[in-house]
Amino acid sequence: MATARVVIVGAGPAGIRCAETLVKAGFKPVLIDENRRDGGQIYRRQPEGFTRDYRALYGTEAAKARDLHESFERLRPHIDYRPDTLVWNLVPRQLSCVSQGHHTTVDFDALILCTGATDRLMPIEGWQLAGTYSLGGAQIALKSQAVSIGHRVVFMGSGPLLYLVASQYVKAGANVAAVLDTSPMSKRIVALPKMLARPGVLLTGMKLLAQLYQAKIPVHLGIKPELISGDATHGVSGVRVRSAKGETLDIDCDAVALGYHLRPETQLADLAGCRMRFDEASGQWWLALDEEGRTSVSGVYAAGDGAKIRGADAAEHAGRLVAMALLEDQQQPVDAGLRAEQRRALAVMDQFRVGLAQAFPWPAEQAGALPDSAIVCRCEMISAGELRRTVSEKGACEVNRAKAFSRVGMGRCQGRYCSQAGAEVIAAAAGVSVQQVGRQRGQAPVKPLPMVIIEEPT
Amino acid sequence: MSARFVRLAEQGRVTVGLTVDGVPIKALQGDTLMVALLTQGNALRQSEFDSGRRAGFCLMGACQDCWVWTRSGERLRACSNEVREGLDLVTTQPEATWPLHG
Repeated sequence: MATARVVIVGAGPAGIRCAETLVKAGFKPVLIDENRRDGGQIYRRQPEGFTRDYRALYGTEAAKARDLHESFERLRPHIDYRPDTLVWNLVPRQLSCVSQGHHTTVDFDALILCTGATDRLMPIEGWQLAGTYSLGGAQIALKSQAVSIGHRVVFMGSGPLLYLVASQYVKAGANVAAVLDTSPMSKRIVALPKMLARPGVLLTGMKLLAQLYQAKIPVHLGIKPELISGDATHGVSGVRVRSAKGETLDIDCDAVALGYHLRPETQLADLAGCRMRFDEASGQWWLALDEEGRTSVSGVYAAGDGAKIRGADAAEHAGRLVAMALLEDQQQPVDAGLRAEQRRALAVMDQFRVGLAQAFPWPAEQAGALPDSAIVCRCEMISAGELRRTVSEKGACEVNRAKAFSRVGMGRCQGRYCSQAGAEVIAAAAGVSVQQVGRQRGQAPVKPLPMVIIEEPT
Repeated sequence: MSARFVRLAEQGRVTVGLTVDGVPIKALQGDTLMVALLTQGNALRQSEFDSGRRAGFCLMGACQDCWVWTRSGERLRACSNEVREGLDLVTTQPEATWPLHG
């Protein structure tokens, strides 16, 4: 009989497959999720009473979404499921949680962090205006609430999600003004051999693009974003970009969906003291893990996009694999065939994700080119110029030091949407690599807490 | 003020009545507070740091740009809380305001 107290944080594809594997081995894990319903962001469920079917909601991924949701339903009686619960702190062997204003602690012997990712953002002048949303946010509006973020929407940024969400908007009847990708076609051609690791996924991506052309949506590759125009009262009224040919394009819109692929949520791992490493391909800091998902801290594991940005399919495999690593560490039997299968699948996905990062690169150079007046921290309206002055006047060439002086990364999003771009701004101003300026440390509480929380008797 | 969000489907739901800054509005059951407010207006709140209106950003509980408050002072993330009959919301922060930048 398994006696270790195992806690999983996050009920997306990684967390659910992890829980499933552990339940099969006789464990009853605690599964904590900040969302009210399972599925994570990618397979997020619509509220009860909504009627769109799986095909309408998840498109080509409908069968996977249904399978994950059904797996979760089967699992539910066998796990200690705690939805609508935020893990806001971590001390050795204990999590601090809050749910609906009530505080609890959860003790663990083993912890698996399946905390997922958020959009990765590069600021642009005017991005603080009402009507600019993250790309993932634009997708959630449609998927979870059946609304468009505006009457005329521009999709801007780079990455596969750009085309996916734009085509989902078109299909749902929204008015898409343009799709503006900072990545030029040449990058995609260079990346093609690696992306051929997953021909099916590549083909799906090409079909999305074909659908956009068929719907006569203007698609521009290799653009340079210049400005989101509008005013403080009415919000967004248009975007200005420079085309690959160097022409100025002005596009009227009342909403912009902006994003450059994803960044991992690593705050809890950081609080646990897990080592991080700089991922060259994506140019950001990731958790240092072994091939099966063990972090540098004994008893702490990670899987899914919070561990390594590889997408939802990889998250399912990584969730199973990390559960088997935990089982092995607990001296439990492990299905060697199943383990080999997950590792094989992940090897292919590793190759593909490097291809994706090449095809849709993070536009680091944009940070250095931001005008001084552009806002970097949209929470507290701190400009690129103010951040650069902490480098030039105070000599703060390290992210956490520059944060203390400028407050970039200290606002209510706690750096989720500004710290990576902020690091690029600092690196460009100091003339060093972004790896050298470091990364913003996670702090508790990892998200703002209500002013009053009630201690639950344990 | 014109609406920001546009409903594309799922419009056959039961209506729910709530109050926003003292004005009664109707929303649909299952709407998040954000959708209820932004299908009738163009912003959720006033930024504490400049003259800008704010309408949320990430919709997944990460950015904290969509805070609204109940009349009794409870802070809610508009993207991740659903409408409830009789809910009495205010969109101005009941706490101190910082001096505006620039």
